[in-house]
Amino acid sequence: MHRLNMMKLRPLYITISFLLICVSFYSILTWGFQPSIDFVGGSVWEIKTNLPKNKIENTFASNNLTINTITSNNSSFTVKFNNIDNDTHQKLTTDLKKEDKDLEELRFETLGPVLGKELLKKTIFAVILSSLALLIFIGSRFSDWTFGLGAILANFHDAIILTGMFSLLGHFFGAEMDALFVTALLTTLSASVHDTVVTFDRIRELKHQNIKIDWTDLANHAITETIVRSVNNSMTIIFMLSSLVVLGGDTTRWFAAALLIGCVCGTYSSFGVAIPLVLFFKKLQKRRALV
Amino acid sequence: MIKKKIYRNFWLIVGITFICAIINMPPKISFQGITLYRPTLPIKRNLELRYGLDLAGGASLTYDIDTTKTKKEDVLSSLESLKLNIERRVNPEGVSESTVQLSKQNGENRLIVELPGVVDINDAIKKIGKTAYLVFKGEVEIPPEATATATPNDVYSKDTGVDGSYLTHSSVKINTTNGEPEVAIEFNPEGAKLFEKATKEFLNKIIAIYLDDTIISYPMVKSVISDGNAVISGKFDTKSAKDLSLLLDAGRLPLPINLIRQDQVGATLGRDSIQKGIIAALVGLGLVSLFMIGNYGYLGLIADIGLVIYGLITLTLYRLIPVTLTFPGLVGFILSIGMAVDSNILVFERMREETRKGKDWNVAMELGFGRAWDSIKDANACTIITGLILFNPFNWSFLNTSGMVRGFAVTLILGIFIGIFTGVFVTRNLLRVFGRKK
Repeated sequence: MHRLNMMKLRPLYITISFLLICVSFYSILTWGFQPSIDFVGGSVWEIKTNLPKNKIENTFASNNLTINTITSNNSSFTVKFNNIDNDTHQKLTTDLKKEDKDLEELRFETLGPVLGKELLKKTIFAVILSSLALLIFIGSRFSDWTFGLGAILANFHDAIILTGMFSLLGHFFGAEMDALFVTALLTTLSASVHDTVVTFDRIRELKHQNIKIDWTDLANHAITETIVRSVNNSMTIIFMLSSLVVLGGDTTRWFAAALLIGCVCGTYSSFGVAIPLVLFFKKLQKRRALV
Repeated sequence: MIKKKIYRNFWLIVGITFICAIINMPPKISFQGITLYRPTLPIKRNLELRYGLDLAGGASLTYDIDTTKTKKEDVLSSLESLKLNIERRVNPEGVSESTVQLSKQNGENRLIVELPGVVDINDAIKKIGKTAYLVFKGEVEIPPEATATATPNDVYSKDTGVDGSYLTHSSVKINTTNGEPEVAIEFNPEGAKLFEKATKEFLNKIIAIYLDDTIISYPMVKSVISDGNAVISGKFDTKSAKDLSLLLDAGRLPLPINLIRQDQVGATLGRDSIQKGIIAALVGLGLVSLFMIGNYGYLGLIADIGLVIYGLITLTLYRLIPVTLTFPGLVGFILSIGMAVDSNILVFERMREETRKGKDWNVAMELGFGRAWDSIKDANACTIITGLILFNPFNWSFLNTSGMVRGFAVTLILGIFIGIFTGVFVTRNLLRVFGRKK
């Protein structure tokens, strides 16, 4: 099989990654996120009713409540507002039921602002902890710290881009950042490492076969041999996730979208980021050895 | 490999598939007049799939527990008491699937109550939020004509003036003469006086102990107790004695709780989610199967059979463990299917390489599995590490304890283990049996 020279394209990878990271930071810093009530507290109320929108708005106004957003979908409404106690919730329900006795409550969620901060802290902890665990695991499996470091940095690359893209989705399509995003982020990290490890594994195997070959050659060789499987594998995950994005319910649409972005990004970063980084570290090592 | 061993493995796979298929069978299938019944299984467990609140509908309530007014050494036992008491309130008969959990988050104590399928949430909130009230009431004479209709609450209705606020201590003790567990209670001086009066009045009669209007114990007064130290003995085992002591504590040290999160899903939305999730999973699976056959032909077909077995084993484990399925859990399951296929792709690509080098098909297959194993092992280990951090098995308070994230982690971890089994062991042995032979 013709050997691909994927490492020749390193300047291209650097440009792509640099641009994506810049866009991500720009979006995170200027637009931020659409935080769900998981993070900032508040209420989400989904009701099924034939009432017109303004009737619902009036009922809220007469209870001295400000609606943050109200969206309708067929005959159901999703209303977002500040967090309320149970008595107010009950009063709202009875008031609306007076107007429409067939009103059905689909979902009600209310949450004080305390829990949000906890979630944010825990997310950061989880990312750090899993990165450390993976660093140690990969470092010891390959008995080479550059591999561990390369994989983890590629991971951070994916995490930044996923978060940035999510901020963009939030700005343009109203995707909300919730507890599930945390899950998507961590899954992306592990899926990204999955691909990277497969390629590293091949480098290790080739290295055992002939000691003298140059690292760049090894990398090209290993990528040539694993790229088909990486792309094929991503295709299967992409099939599963796209069907969730298109056919799944509203609750998990953005979750699946985040996983999808993470999956594509993870496949790219194993040859576009992790391996070039390992090569870079190897060069540094060599230079230091010469000095 | 020796033929005998291959066939042994093959029949093992057939056996596992068969058993899983039976467990997943609905109890009765009717098709064009032919009715099939599921054979009776020697499993006592309920084999229905369990759905979480987001799929089945129901409510989840999170309370903040105020322990600032409780003495430090009492906090742990009073939390236990609170939990037991709330459990008793939401699930008096012990039959519903509601759960009450304590959780510590950033130094704050939380109580999480999950009520599947509850319709009247307001009633539940009222019941849970009530402050515990412990009271001692004495037996009264019931006129003979009313005995037939009298309830225990009518019989034990004479207020003694003694309530939970006078209690200073309750604990389980072992009787030194007969070795049976009993519950010791202690009153403060004021309570001791009231209790002495009550034991005089109801000597050789019963004083019932009420917690929130239900009776938790009916001890008979055997002597006048004036020092404020009483012992309740009877047919206790260690657990029932401990429960009684905890319930007494619930009335002695009532902890104020404050509702901070309320999460409610109607059954309609839940049903809708299940349907959409299943359709999405089936479409995704169909696409993956077609992709595998299109790409790898005959090998892909064997991998697809492996996937069907994967699905059957997964569903069986969900039923047996049991795993409560939530929507994120379904997503974890769907994602793990993708990862299960990955093992196959790794192997098949390896096989292609080896055949390209001119190796015989059977040799290429064995080499493919052998060489891909290292990658499969390492790559899946990484996913398991992340899965475990998400699942947080030791309940570390600095990590996530949310049910949603955990539901996802459980199905992901299970999926990876089963995926390795079907992707490597099952497909390999199926290929050995049905593979091309020269």
